[in-house]
Amino acid sequence: MPLQYEGILAEYESTRRQSTVFDTSHMGEFLITGDCQENGLDRIVTQPLNDMPHKTCRYGMALNASGGIRDDLIVYRIADGEWMIVVNAGTCPKMIEHFTDHLTSGALFQDISSQTGKLDIQGPSSREALKTIVPGIEKLDYYTFDYFEVLGQRVIVSRTGYTGELGYEIYFPWERTPELWREILKNPDVKPAGLGARDVLRLEMGYSLYGHELEETVSPLEARLMKFVDLEKDFLGRDALWKQREHGAGRKLIPFISETRRSPRQHHPICTPSLEPVGTVTSGSFSPALQKGIGMGFISQGDIQEGQNFLIGDEKNKIKACWATRPFYKKGSLKS
Amino acid sequence: METIEHYLYTKEHEWVNIDEKTATVGITDYAQAALGDVTFVELPEVDSEVEQFEQFVSVESVKAASDIYAPMSGRIIEVNPKLESDPALINRSCYEKGWIAKLEISNIDEKLNLMTAQEYRKFLEGLET
Repeated sequence: MPLQYEGILAEYESTRRQSTVFDTSHMGEFLITGDCQENGLDRIVTQPLNDMPHKTCRYGMALNASGGIRDDLIVYRIADGEWMIVVNAGTCPKMIEHFTDHLTSGALFQDISSQTGKLDIQGPSSREALKTIVPGIEKLDYYTFDYFEVLGQRVIVSRTGYTGELGYEIYFPWERTPELWREILKNPDVKPAGLGARDVLRLEMGYSLYGHELEETVSPLEARLMKFVDLEKDFLGRDALWKQREHGAGRKLIPFISETRRSPRQHHPICTPSLEPVGTVTSGSFSPALQKGIGMGFISQGDIQEGQNFLIGDEKNKIKACWATRPFYKKGSLKS
Repeated sequence: METIEHYLYTKEHEWVNIDEKTATVGITDYAQAALGDVTFVELPEVDSEVEQFEQFVSVESVKAASDIYAPMSGRIIEVNPKLESDPALINRSCYEKGWIAKLEISNIDEKLNLMTAQEYRKFLEGLET
């Protein structure tokens, strides 16, 4: 996916007002068969899976033994004993290893990433825009999916996304994905969008990104993603996470808003008003919705209180920022 | 990339329009395109002194923050107030409405360190190869 097509802000506006299409074919997809509790799948994911209705999606994580995040992922329950897992692109090779290591020998694991293209259509008009290409799309509820006939091909389309807007993700045969891309863009209401806009959109929603907020050394407790973790079930990394919860995590992820249009940037130090460094920015950008800089970062526990102002920046420039709440952008069409 | 014939240019992609003792300064079409949507401009203080090729402004886009260098030495006499609320003016009109600052030139000979429009275009061609 390129950084931009028309320009980051123009693509951002198109996504918030109409709709855009992102080529996310680089992401990883796995097919797994078998009962999730017998084949080891349930132990890999932080969320319970056996209560998932057919054709629903669930966001969760896979952890390492120390409770650090190996990846965040979405589980698709296709049918009894039929699953699709969608993982990040950069983490795909290690996740293939992780799944094959932890699934039992009875489970059938198939990495279909290289055969699977993926286009995300996101924005308030996305349902309308897809009506003819994906007949029946109207019936999909948030975080559900189904098989649809798209350009003569029976494929999975889910109502999921990463922008905070109503949106869909179409999984399509790799070699025919350019054809689908062109077909979607025949509609003048849909514009192509790139990584730059995607990053601004996800950050306005306060969504974490692997490699920024999430990594092997960060636990879901620190990343404040415990609502996607079921501590009652057995999963890899649970014991470490229990311990961390008892003793308290050393740091936590906080969202913040800059006082001006100036953006916090990744790796900038976060300091108390008396310039004592207490953390680091993991993501930062200008927010077109707020017309201010926004960001997220880790601070050591207890050094800054909620609602307190602090300073962000390098030697040269410091930005005054204050602790905010996620999402930064609250008017999205996500569940419309 | 657009250039203005009677302006002078730096290797860091600033332009300067000299009118007797006054130099109006901005960034070039090449710079604004490379930066992308400008979201913030930190303007210098009026009356402050700057040295030629010294950093005196910083411009932020969605993608990154960039330093802007003074094309000539002098005293800042005016900054473009419109950039505070509408920094994207730099994208829309980098050579005119999106000017950044005006300075009173302290040494006119410094213009010999700058490129003409023709030289700057050559310089840009060199960057592309």
